[in-house]
Amino acid sequence: MIRRLALALLVVLFPAAFVFGAGDGSWLRNVPARDHEKASPYHDQPDAIAAGRRIFVDRCSHCHGKNAEGTKKRPPLKSERVQQQATEGDLHWLLVNGNMRKGMPSWARLPDQRLWQVITYLKSLHE
Amino acid sequence: MKSAVILGLFAVFLAAGCRAQERPYFVTYTHEMEEPGNLEIEFYNAVGKPPEGSRFTGSTVEFEYGTTAWWTSELYLDGQMTQHDSTIFTGLRWENRFRPLLREHWINPVLYVEFENINGGDKALREVVGHDGKNDLIGPNAEARQEKKREMEFKLILGSNFHGLNISENIIAEKNLANGPWEFGYAWAVSRPLKLAASAHDCTFCGEKFQAGVEMYGGLGDRHSFGTHLTSHYLGPAINWAAPGGITLSFSPQFGLNDYSIPRLYRFGIAYEIDQLWGRFQRGTR
Repeated sequence: MIRRLALALLVVLFPAAFVFGAGDGSWLRNVPARDHEKASPYHDQPDAIAAGRRIFVDRCSHCHGKNAEGTKKRPPLKSERVQQQATEGDLHWLLVNGNMRKGMPSWARLPDQRLWQVITYLKSLHE
Repeated sequence: MKSAVILGLFAVFLAAGCRAQERPYFVTYTHEMEEPGNLEIEFYNAVGKPPEGSRFTGSTVEFEYGTTAWWTSELYLDGQMTQHDSTIFTGLRWENRFRPLLREHWINPVLYVEFENINGGDKALREVVGHDGKNDLIGPNAEARQEKKREMEFKLILGSNFHGLNISENIIAEKNLANGPWEFGYAWAVSRPLKLAASAHDCTFCGEKFQAGVEMYGGLGDRHSFGTHLTSHYLGPAINWAAPGGITLSFSPQFGLNDYSIPRLYRFGIAYEIDQLWGRFQRGTR
């Protein structure tokens, strides 16, 4: 019984170690036009940047690094793709929907306000 | 050797830099999956007293792991303690949740499959199905634990997030693998953070750290007698608090809605999440 249980646990635990894939930016092609054009209601607001950093450290940093520099298996968020190519609306769409095949979960569990705060923080990183 | 392993694991847990902010529900599942690679350890209790029985505490320890972004697996270990009787281990459950649609929609389905190997003494009350009622909770433990229950449970979980409000509905079907008809149940819940936006500064008791809502669940009879009669139903408010140190505390007083239910049930829980469990054992990933 214990051996069977241990085997079952191994089957469950292993995929997470391998499913993680580096973001290749292909998700950008899936963003609908209306989402692409959305803008953060907190654009450049210092309080929102500070709040966004708190959420980022709490929720995102274990995958993307404490300063969004990326980790071995997860992409950096200071990249040109995030800072230049993706609009605030694109990032919002990604946070809401995730990129589940590549290991990025949906963050729709967080209220919209907090997602926009994270995006405001991320966009502040290029300066 | 054994104590060294325990110390090592404890050190990993302490270094985990963890956080958990689940919904404040005790019975209802949401469509929100565990983050891939994260392990959440939860300890839930249900305290109640049937009118003709002794006070009991049904407890569950849960290990919830995000296998992928669309697959969450969870192991439960159940036990109970009954006043003037005994404390017993009542069995284990293993469930898997799968999210078939990989994007967020206005309503999001999740498929749930669970195998239960428990005995009749189980009082964790993780769901109400069939004709479950207060009479199932009054027998002596020595007698109740003789009843073996190997069951499969299936749930259709539906969830929506709308303007910070989470609405979740579960439809439950359960089958004893030895005998017995299909039994059915339901659960639904609604909750919302007290404050939607995060504040710029760290805080302990601010609104963003609390979620409050309402939860209701009950049985729907079985294949031969489907319906809301001759079974129990509960309704109550639920609240949780994301405490410092990555711990989430939850509480819900629940009220029986008919004579088949226990008049009052108090549920409380504590949850702790370990981020990126595998990453802690791989050099250079953090």
